[in-house]
Amino acid sequence: MSAVSAPLIEVRGLKTAFGTHVVHDGLNLEVRRGEIIGLVGGSGTGKSVLMNTMIGLKRPDAGEIFYNGRALGKMADSERARLESHWGVLFQGGALFSALTVRENVMAPMREHTDLPRSLMTELADMKIALTGLGPEAPSKFPSELSGGMRKRAGLARALALDPDVLFLDEPTAGLDPIGAAAFDSLIRELRDALGLTVFIVTHDLDTLFAICDRVAVLAEKRCVAVAPIDELLQNDHPWIREYFGGPRGRAAHQAREG
Amino acid sequence: MSDVAAGLTIEEEGGRVILVPTGDWIVDTIARFASEIARIDHDIDPGRVSIDLSGIERIDTAGAYLLARPIHRARDGVTEQHFRGDHATARRLIQLVLEKAINSEPEVEDRRFGFIQAAGRIGAGLEAAWKEMIATFAFFGHAITSFASTSARPWRFRMTPIFAVMEVAGVNALPIIAVLSFFIGAVVAYMGANLLETFGASVFTVELVGIAVLREFGVLITAIMLAGRSDSAFTAAIGSMKMQQEIDAMRVLGIDPYEALVIPRIVACVIMAPLLTFAAMIAGIVGGLLVCWSALDISPQFFVTRIHDSVPIQNFWVGMSKAPVFGAIIAIIGCKQGLDVGGDVESLGRHVTASVVQSIFMVIIVDALFAMMYLELGI
Repeated sequence: MSAVSAPLIEVRGLKTAFGTHVVHDGLNLEVRRGEIIGLVGGSGTGKSVLMNTMIGLKRPDAGEIFYNGRALGKMADSERARLESHWGVLFQGGALFSALTVRENVMAPMREHTDLPRSLMTELADMKIALTGLGPEAPSKFPSELSGGMRKRAGLARALALDPDVLFLDEPTAGLDPIGAAAFDSLIRELRDALGLTVFIVTHDLDTLFAICDRVAVLAEKRCVAVAPIDELLQNDHPWIREYFGGPRGRAAHQAREG
Repeated sequence: MSDVAAGLTIEEEGGRVILVPTGDWIVDTIARFASEIARIDHDIDPGRVSIDLSGIERIDTAGAYLLARPIHRARDGVTEQHFRGDHATARRLIQLVLEKAINSEPEVEDRRFGFIQAAGRIGAGLEAAWKEMIATFAFFGHAITSFASTSARPWRFRMTPIFAVMEVAGVNALPIIAVLSFFIGAVVAYMGANLLETFGASVFTVELVGIAVLREFGVLITAIMLAGRSDSAFTAAIGSMKMQQEIDAMRVLGIDPYEALVIPRIVACVIMAPLLTFAAMIAGIVGGLLVCWSALDISPQFFVTRIHDSVPIQNFWVGMSKAPVFGAIIAIIGCKQGLDVGGDVESLGRHVTASVVQSIFMVIIVDALFAMMYLELGI
């Protein structure tokens, strides 16, 4: 529905380093409003680091992140807070608050940022939890009582708590069974279509890449070597990209979509 | 993107109630309609409600949820008759919310307060304490058998962790224990100097310091510091290993966690506690000596001679004999609580607290038992 055009997030000349170990150097990336963009890269190429830098958890060593043309590092605290309240972030392990039940986890951002009555908050939280495919028994459980996949869903429910404009997902389908992963994919796409979300997904799931990503960014050699719709990436002759998508798993995922 | 204020008007038309939401129906703006919508949901037959979507600007799942409330119980399902007007996404969102979500009634927590509930909680607390005690004894037994089986194959003792714990829990604790004990010795001397002077017996301050420090304070200060400092560290370290499934990993790799984690800590504490106690005794006596020198003009030479002559050596051995026992108690409780940690952070905190409280409690109880025993023995 939304016009896929103006960049919502722009990463320019990003450099991140841990001590002498340089992870990114001169990395550029644009995320357009309303698109679902996937980020792929080998293990240890700094995909999660890039995401953490984009959401401001890590300061870039050089370069800048722009939201709507405004530099993240130069924003006033109030502007930054307003921006952050429109983000939903799903961390790799779910990062649920272990002392709270799943329902309270989802309610946490609502309590912090809205003045909804408590009963409605509870209902909304239960709705978000149901949306992500968890059963009616899940809301009153504690994170430690959930399986890894259920924790991910609960994490997504919390990320969706305030109906964010931008959703950052770090390996959302890793550890989910294929049925769950497919449901996750279609939920993300449905939400994007209905709410005009912009979604940034760090993933290794080729099915996700083929099924829902409008564009895919490839992280290699410390920068984004390609950002393109997946069909164009398949034509790319960068050796890593060819190996990634040309391998047996890549071909199978491709065929699954074609078929 | 600034929000457009949301509005809601309710119209009646040909027996139908029509909700006309306007503006942005998003999570930031809908709060004030919650009670009104709840009233409609409660009072009006869902078959008679329609929603006019045409006035909506933006809508999110929260807004869609609220709008869907009055119609979600419609007997024939949600159909064309429930909607008027059109909106790019509203109808779709409402359908999404309806089909996925509004099915579960929120659970009602049982939170009654009253005499019976209070009594119930007290009973549950007592039962938990009783079970905890039995579990600690069981752990104690397990640790001892584990120790015995390792002793049968002494090469199985893990020397590196033993020495590491001895350094961290023992050597590193030396300064603080010595300083504390020094001041306790000084305080005892001041107290004695004041009291005994009234009887003209201030020279007995030396005995007071010697007996108090050797018999009780040296070892108690050491034990309490070990409990506060090392016990919490043991529980936290083992507890976070438990949370990260490291203990499970050890088990499947054929490493006995008792042998790898518990025994080294117990051995290290049993070795270090007497050494620290010895240091604490020396420091305490030096504290007393300095006070006697400055406040009572008892010279250090005289102080030392008098301690030699009039403080029986048993006092020293009584103090020292308790040290390894306290060390073992502290290490065992710390490790036990660590292995009891569950999956969440809350339980880590709870068990660290429990481990410090329990070990200090046990140290004092056992100290009292020792006192009774030595009294009966006439030592």
